[in-house]
Amino acid sequence: MNKKTYIIGLVIILILVYIILFIPLPVLTYSGLPYLGFLKRAVGVFVFASILCLFRILKGPTASDRIVAVDMLGVLIVGLCAVLTIATKRNWYLDIGIAWALQSFISTLALSKFLEDKHFDD
Amino acid sequence: MIELIGQIFIIIGLFFDFIGCLGLVRFPDVYNRLQAATKCVTFGTCSILFGTFLIMGLTAAGIKALLCIFFLVLTSPAGAHAIAKSSQKAGVKLWEGSVVNQYQEKTN
Amino acid sequence: MKAKCAFFIIALIIWILLNIPLNVSNLIIGVVVSVFAAYFVGDFFPQRPHLLFHPARYFWFFLYIPIFVWQCLKANVDVALRIIRPSRPINPGIVKVQTSLKSDIALTFLANSITLTPGTLTIDLNKEEGVLYVHWIDVKSVDIKKATELIVGKFEKILKKIFEE
Repeated sequence: MNKKTYIIGLVIILILVYIILFIPLPVLTYSGLPYLGFLKRAVGVFVFASILCLFRILKGPTASDRIVAVDMLGVLIVGLCAVLTIATKRNWYLDIGIAWALQSFISTLALSKFLEDKHFDD
Repeated sequence: MIELIGQIFIIIGLFFDFIGCLGLVRFPDVYNRLQAATKCVTFGTCSILFGTFLIMGLTAAGIKALLCIFFLVLTSPAGAHAIAKSSQKAGVKLWEGSVVNQYQEKTN
Repeated sequence: MKAKCAFFIIALIIWILLNIPLNVSNLIIGVVVSVFAAYFVGDFFPQRPHLLFHPARYFWFFLYIPIFVWQCLKANVDVALRIIRPSRPINPGIVKVQTSLKSDIALTFLANSITLTPGTLTIDLNKEEGVLYVHWIDVKSVDIKKATELIVGKFEKILKKIFEE
């Protein structure tokens, strides 16, 4: 493993952690919600995790790498829905989460069928 | 007290989500990426949902979070399985440092 | 017919859990939707519905959950350490393992458990010979007997008690 790449990545991640923990993110300005600071940090972590997934979607050498990354984006969005439920006390975010989990499972199956060069009704 | 435990669960979940996506970038081929991504991201999201259940208690939202854990644990390994099998069928090669491939020995 | 009844009960329970502050109109819609779903797809789902009425199997199932969660936790810490370390200590390969489980649902649970536990990922299974193909992130043994003991041995006994016999 290339040592220089590892150190560059470590520095980037430390900068991201510093941004998440100590700089107030301008995501929401309304301050009447409970758990607001918690929500801001959580949204920051989800944004950076999604950027890593998008990097794999852009660069991935084969098609199956891209399919894996898209699947993981779906699961991350379910987690984001759960955090939004806590912060806003609205139940229908979790409905979106359940529907999104099942829907992304179906789309993963369809994409892997496509990769296998079959038709959808086999 | 129970809200504090829920927040600790959510922080653990966020950590594992981030580590899983990092593994998606660092590992060398599809199968290793699938291992890192499926395990860490599924466990992290389940941990976030369990923390949601602890904070919300036995209300509608809490029970929906438990159902969401159930669906996620059922569907996520099946999706990983489908991707792995179809990329073997489509001829995606293993990383060159791999030890054995007894699946290809069978089909040839 | 028994399979359709079992499917109807499961679908109705999930509907009630999704609509927790339950009122009468919700319940009526749920009954109608569950009857439709059970009539059309009920035959595919539980193949041996009499297993659903044995209480001992539920006991073994609740015993299975903590074992599964513990293995899952160990798997995650293991993979996370492999990701963070600078030398990236991986040694991957695809190995064959043998199983003695026969029914579809037991094999499904076994494959999902293998996928979520330390360093292993099921790729394909051959039902006639009882062979699973597993991608292992740190291959310790290429021999089929030893690999079977290391990967499958943790779950096979209890899954046999839940879904077979």
